[in-house]
Amino acid sequence: MIQLAYLIPLFPLIGFLINGLGWKSMPKQAAGFLASLMMLVSFGLSLAIFFEVKAGAADTIIPLFDFIHSGKLLIPFAFKIDALSSLFLLIITGVGFLIHVYSTSYMHEDEGVVKYFAYLNLFVFSMLLLVMGSNYLIMFIGWEGVGLCSYLLIGFWFKNRDYTNAAKKAFVMNRIGDLGFLVGMMLVLYNFSTLNYNELFAQINTNQTVLSGSTYTWVAICFFIGAMGKSAQLPLYTWLPDAMAGPTPVSALIHAATMVTAGIYMIARSSVIYNQSEFALHFIAIVGLLTAILAATIAIKQYDIKKVLAYSTVSQLGFMFLAIGCGAYTTAVFHVMTHAFFKALLFLGSGSVIHAMGGEQDIRSMGGLGKKMRITQITFLIGCVAIAGIPPFAGFFSKDEILASAFAHSPILYVAALGAALMTAFYMFRLYFLTFSGKFRGTHEQEHHLHESPAAMTFPLIVLAILATVSGFVGLPEVFSEHHSLNEFLHTAVTNFGAHHMEHNTELMLMGLSVGLVSVMIGLAYARTKSPNFVANTGLAKVLENKWYVDEFYDAVVVNPLVQFSGFLDRIIERKGIDGGVNGVGKMVRWAADRMRLLQNGQVGAYLFTMVIGIVLIFVLGLFFVNF
Amino acid sequence: MPIQYYLFLSLALFCIGIMGALMRRNAIIIFMSIELMLNAVNLLLAAFSKMYNDSAAQIFVFFIMVVAAAEVAVGLAIIVMVYRKVHSVDVNILNRLKH
Amino acid sequence: MDILQIIFWILTVMAIGCALGVVLSRNPVNSVIFLILTFFAISGHYLLLNAQFLAIVNIIVYAGAIMVLFLFVIMLMNLNADTEPQKSWLVQLAGVVSGGTLFLVIIAAISKANLLGVINKETTNIGLIKVLGQVLFKQYVLPFEISSVLFLSAMIGAIVIGKKDME
Repeated sequence: MIQLAYLIPLFPLIGFLINGLGWKSMPKQAAGFLASLMMLVSFGLSLAIFFEVKAGAADTIIPLFDFIHSGKLLIPFAFKIDALSSLFLLIITGVGFLIHVYSTSYMHEDEGVVKYFAYLNLFVFSMLLLVMGSNYLIMFIGWEGVGLCSYLLIGFWFKNRDYTNAAKKAFVMNRIGDLGFLVGMMLVLYNFSTLNYNELFAQINTNQTVLSGSTYTWVAICFFIGAMGKSAQLPLYTWLPDAMAGPTPVSALIHAATMVTAGIYMIARSSVIYNQSEFALHFIAIVGLLTAILAATIAIKQYDIKKVLAYSTVSQLGFMFLAIGCGAYTTAVFHVMTHAFFKALLFLGSGSVIHAMGGEQDIRSMGGLGKKMRITQITFLIGCVAIAGIPPFAGFFSKDEILASAFAHSPILYVAALGAALMTAFYMFRLYFLTFSGKFRGTHEQEHHLHESPAAMTFPLIVLAILATVSGFVGLPEVFSEHHSLNEFLHTAVTNFGAHHMEHNTELMLMGLSVGLVSVMIGLAYARTKSPNFVANTGLAKVLENKWYVDEFYDAVVVNPLVQFSGFLDRIIERKGIDGGVNGVGKMVRWAADRMRLLQNGQVGAYLFTMVIGIVLIFVLGLFFVNF
Repeated sequence: MPIQYYLFLSLALFCIGIMGALMRRNAIIIFMSIELMLNAVNLLLAAFSKMYNDSAAQIFVFFIMVVAAAEVAVGLAIIVMVYRKVHSVDVNILNRLKH
Repeated sequence: MDILQIIFWILTVMAIGCALGVVLSRNPVNSVIFLILTFFAISGHYLLLNAQFLAIVNIIVYAGAIMVLFLFVIMLMNLNADTEPQKSWLVQLAGVVSGGTLFLVIIAAISKANLLGVINKETTNIGLIKVLGQVLFKQYVLPFEISSVLFLSAMIGAIVIGKKDME
C-alpha cells in the first residue's frame, strides 16, 4: 500500500489539470465536486498509509525517476513516507478536503470558481510534494509551488488593486526566505554532496563527514531564513496579515493550516542538522518568541475579523518555533496539528460570519450574531477555547507542552511565552464577544440578511470543531498518561533534542497557573467588550492598531530606497546608457546611410566607373596584398 | 605559338570594350562594347580549348553566345522602350527614370 | 614566320583596329560596321584555333542575326553622328585611364601567374560539329535544355517590353 503513495499527489494534480485546462467550459458545480472528490480520494489513501505506518511499516522511499543525474550528483525524484510525512499528509488532505467542501458553497457565486478550484488543487499537489519529497530539492519544488499558489489565490480577486499588491508582497517576501533556503541547500550540497535526507542524516549521525560547528550553524540559519519567509516570522511576517485579501477558505487552508507550517515541517525534517547547532536553536527560540509576542500585541487592537486571526496565526507560528528552539520538535509538530484544526475552524467560522454579513469584515459593525447563527457560534467558541488553552480542548495540550519545554529551558522564556499565551486568550475572546454577543451594531439591511450558512459550510465547521476538541488527547502530558502517543508515533522520524524531564508537581503547578490566568483573561475580555465604545485609539493602543508601524518602517528603510535606486537605474542607466547606446547605433547607421545613399545617383556612367574601379582594386589586392 | 599572344589579344579587346562602355553615352554603343567584351572572352576560351585539346571550352563559348543573344533581345527591347519614353538613347538622362 | 603566323598577325591587327573603330567612330552605323568586321576577324582566329563550328556560328549568330538587330534599331531611331550625345573630354579621359589601368593590372596578373603553354599547330578535330555535338548532348545536355528555357523567357520578355503601352 505504501508503494502506492505516489497516487496521493497524483489525484490533486489530475483535478488541477482538468479544472485548469477546462476553466472555460467546466460547469461551476462540477468543478467543485471534482476538486473535492480528488481530495477525498487522496485523503482516503493518506489515511490508509497513515495506519500502515502506525502499525509499524518501515520508512519507505518510493523512487519515481532520476530527476538530476550529473557526474557524481544524483537527485532522484522520489517520495519518502515515514511517520512525519504521513502525519502531515493526513493533516493536509484531511483539512484540505474539508476546506474544498466548504469552498463549494462559499465560492459558488464567484465567476472564477473553476479557476479557484484548479489553484486549490494545485496548491494541495505542491504541498504534498513538499512533505513527501525524499530530498531537499523535491521539497523546494513543492515549496515554490505553494508559494506560487499562495500568490495566485491571494490575488484571486485580481481586479482589486490592493489585493494584487498583497499578493505581490507575499510573493516577494517569500522570495527573500526562499533565497535563504536555496543557499542552505547549496551549502549542504557543497559539504555533503547529497540532498537526500537518508544519506545526509546518516552522514551526520555517523560522523562520516567531519565539519566544524559553524558550518552546521550556517546551514541551519539559512534553512531557518527560508522558514521565516514561508512561516511568517520576524522580520518577514508582514505578508501574512495582508494575505487575508484572498478568499477566506484560502486563508484557512494556506495561511493557517498548511502552507505556513511548511517551515516547521522543514526544520523538524532537518532536526538532525539543527541538533548540531545550539546557537541556531537559540536563535530560532528568540525569533519565535519575539514573533509570538509582537503578533499577539498587534492582534489585540485589530478590528478586521480576519486580521485578528492572521496575527493570531503569526503568533501561534511563533510558539511553534519557540518549541523548535527548545529542541522540542515533536511538540512543534503537535501544535501544527492542533493549530491546523482550530485555526482552520476559526477561519472557516469567520468565513461563515463574513458570508452572513454580506462581505463585511469589521467587527465594530457585528455583534449578537450568535442568535442568528447558532452552529457557527458554537463551533467558533470551541475554536476560541481551543486556542486559548482551556482543558480538555486541543490547544491546551499542545500549548502546555510548548510552555513546559520553554520552562525547562529557561524560566524567562516561560514567562514571556505565557504572556503571549495570555494575550492570545484575551484577543480571541475579545473577537468572540464582539462578534457573537451583545447587540447588533451593523445596518438594518445587514441585520435582515443575517442567516446561518448552508450545510456544505457548517459540515466542515462541525468536523473541525470535533477535531479541535479531541485531537489534544494524542499528546497527553506525562502527568496524565504513561503514553504520549504522538511522540511514540513520531520517534522513528524525529526525536526531541535534550529531552527534558520535569517534576510532576511543577508541571501541574504550571498548568494550573496558565489555566487560571487564561480564565482571568477571558473574564477581562468579557468585561472590556460588554459595552463596547469605539473611540479613536491614542498612545500605545494607536501604535498597536497600526501594527507597530512595521509596514511603514519597512517602506522607509527597504522599499523606498529600492524604489529610488531602481528609478535611478531606469532613468539614468537604462534610458541614457543602454537605450542611448542602442539607439545611437541605429542613429549612426541612419546617418551613414543618409550619406551613402547619395552614391546611388542614377547615373549609369558612374555605376560603370565604380564597377571598373572595383575590379581594378580586387586585382590589385589579390596581386600585392593577399595570397590566394 | 605561345598562349600569351591570345591572352594579350583578348585582353586588349576586352579593355577596348571597357573603355567604350566608359567613354560613350549612347546606350547602343555601350551595348556593342559589351558584345565586344563577351567576344574577347570567347576567343580566350577557344584558345585554351586548343591548348588543352578539350572541346568542353567551345561548349562554353556556345552557351555564352546563347546568353548574349538573349541579352541582346531583351536589352534592345528596353532601349527601344526608353527611346519611346524620352526620345533619346543617352544613358545620362536615364536617372530621370527614378522619379 | 610561316603562313599561319602571318595570318594571325593580320587578323590580330584587324580585330584590334576595328574594335577601336567601334569605340571611337561618332556615327553609330559606322560602329556597327566596325563591330561586324571585328567579329569576322575573331571568326578567323577561331579557324586558326581549329574551332570551325564556332567560326561559322559566330558569323551567323553575331554578324548575321545580332548585328542586324542592332542596325535595325539604329535605323528605327534614326541615329547619326549629329544626334550622337558626347561626354565631356574629362570623362572620356577618365574612361581611357581606368580601362588602361585595368589593362596594366591584368597584364601584371598574367605575368605573375606565369602561364606557360603553347598552342600546337597540329590540326585536331575538337571543333568539328560531330565532336561538339557528342560533348554537348552527353555532358552538357541539362545546361543546353535550360538555355532553351532562357531563350523562351527572353523572347517573351522582349515582346512584353517592346509592346506599346497596354492601356
